[in-house]
Amino acid sequence: MLKIEGLTAEIDGKEILKGIDLEVPTGEIHAIMGPNGSGKSTLSYVLSGREGYEITGGAASFEGQDLLAMEPEERAAAGLFLAFQYPVELPGVGNANFLRTALNAQRRAKGEAELDAMQFLKLARERMRALSMPEDMLKRGVNVGFSGGEKKRNEVLQMALLKPRIAILDETDSGLDIDALKIVADGVNAMRGPDFSALVITHYQRLLDYIVPDRVHVLMGGRIVQSGGPELAQQLEASGYGSVRAA
Amino acid sequence: MNAVSEPAVTEAGAAGFLHRFEGLRARLPGRGLPWLVERREAAAESFRAQGFPSRRVEAWKYTDLAPLTQAGFGEPLTPVESALPLPRPAAPRRVVLVDGRFSQDLSDPDAPVRSLARHLPELEGRLGALARVEDLPLVALNTALFEDGVLIDLAPGEDGGVIELLSVTRADRPVASHPRHLIRLGAGAKLVLIERSWGHGEGRYLHSPVFEVEVGEDAHVTHARMQQEGKGAIHLSTVFAEVAARGTYDSFLLHAGAKLSRSEAHVRLAGPRAAAHLNGAQLLGDGQHGDCTTFLDHAAPDCPSRQTVKTVLAGRSRGVFQGKIHVHQVAQRTDGYQMNQALLLSDQAEIDSKPQLEIYADDVKCSHGATVGELDEEQVFYLRSRGIPAAQARSMLIEAFLQEAVEGVTEEAARAALAEAVAGWWERMAA
Repeated sequence: MLKIEGLTAEIDGKEILKGIDLEVPTGEIHAIMGPNGSGKSTLSYVLSGREGYEITGGAASFEGQDLLAMEPEERAAAGLFLAFQYPVELPGVGNANFLRTALNAQRRAKGEAELDAMQFLKLARERMRALSMPEDMLKRGVNVGFSGGEKKRNEVLQMALLKPRIAILDETDSGLDIDALKIVADGVNAMRGPDFSALVITHYQRLLDYIVPDRVHVLMGGRIVQSGGPELAQQLEASGYGSVRAA
Repeated sequence: MNAVSEPAVTEAGAAGFLHRFEGLRARLPGRGLPWLVERREAAAESFRAQGFPSRRVEAWKYTDLAPLTQAGFGEPLTPVESALPLPRPAAPRRVVLVDGRFSQDLSDPDAPVRSLARHLPELEGRLGALARVEDLPLVALNTALFEDGVLIDLAPGEDGGVIELLSVTRADRPVASHPRHLIRLGAGAKLVLIERSWGHGEGRYLHSPVFEVEVGEDAHVTHARMQQEGKGAIHLSTVFAEVAARGTYDSFLLHAGAKLSRSEAHVRLAGPRAAAHLNGAQLLGDGQHGDCTTFLDHAAPDCPSRQTVKTVLAGRSRGVFQGKIHVHQVAQRTDGYQMNQALLLSDQAEIDSKPQLEIYADDVKCSHGATVGELDEEQVFYLRSRGIPAAQARSMLIEAFLQEAVEGVTEEAARAALAEAVAGWWERMAA
């Protein structure tokens, strides 16, 4: 279970998260919705350990481990995965090399045997077929020259290979056409199960038609201001965030 | 035969080298050839007048030759030893110079490469045709003191294949060697030359080769240069290349070893649609100084030139890039590109970058740029968020920066040798 209590964080002296309380039980998918500037991306970065954020209070734990005390790579090895809103380009780093290095680093951290090049390729090709990704994406530099949709699919491919126990999807739907959106949603739905949870961060309800969440939370002004079932997403779509503000 | 008395190390500075010339002049190869004797004397005189360049000279503003001018050097011992440990060959055919002298024993007899010293009588009018000494004291010194080098002559249409030229210096004593290499490709000929400077031991020595490369019409030479000298070495090399119509001089320079290294390239695109690639990478660790200086002369129309030089600097190191492009009035439709990128891994490292364009033609496309930066923390975080430990993430990104530099080398054997050298350097640095 991911458990966040009273989490406050600031960047450059400006408070962005003003006391987040949230629990995502194992096996559940929760959505966080909110307008721009509400702190959605900050929450995802703070949970995954990006530098530049000052944690001023509160706690966050995953399966009982204190997330905030761990390095980003330790969080990843513990099973946390962040699908980036803007996946980073790595010129000169081949995608296959990147994926295998990441997978083997995590296997090493868990005391599992590393995969050799052949074993890895077999696995990667299988996962790529499921995501309708052309095989030449393995040969290219990581995200270099990828279209917006290809970058997001590459994020989902990484998730499918690394098999996290909790995935944070930061506006994975932004910049996707409907076909790409379906592929990404299928990728996430394929991971669904009693050992997998996810925090789906999105501005729009659209993605939640394809990844149906167990719970929906509304983040505004650095706080969770409302929580409910999947119907809350539809309600927001119909009446906008203004209605929450009024409530 | 081995009981040769060990020549003394000379006094420091230009005087020491001139003194050595006085002592050697009666024994240097080609002493029976009046034209060569005259050339050597004139070169020694030119060097006497110029001395070693100081930092007051514009072209030497960023590179201080104090480690050279404040130390004494001696001539290599004779005879040449054959029992040297050598690096693994980088090409199927290899020729070896030891302390500046061609080693018949260590060289592949099938390679189309000969000892320069043995063919001097044929070289009147050719030796020194490209290498000028007036304003280049190191070239003057080389002309006065060279003992040997290689001679490569490819007939029109001949394919010289892939050849490794390995220059080994034994650093158990401070020798100074000044080999002279002459390379000529007839029309349509082709050559891949993997030139490697390799040093044994940690001691001080000077390796200062000069190349004269004539590329005929439609000929193509790949010149992969790998400076992997010993830790205490001073490497000062100068390449002169002249490229005829539609010919290509495609070079890649790697600076990975030596305490102080400077490689100068003077390339003249002499015929229409001649092309030059002067790419390179400098890998500099603590205490190293690397200087890549190029002069590109666009002297004919429709010539493209490409130049990308990347420098990685760790510890207390200093890198220099100077690139001058001169476009003559006749050189219409010149297409020149120059890019210099540096990655600073330490705040004690320094890079100096000086691009210089002089354009006298009016229909010209010339661009240049320079970037200096640290590792992108956004990229580091992306890798770490996937479970890759911080040190390994940084290592991957630095290697990517470096490998990107060699990716442009189209000749497979040359690219593989360069990629291996780059990976090896980074493994040692990261260890």
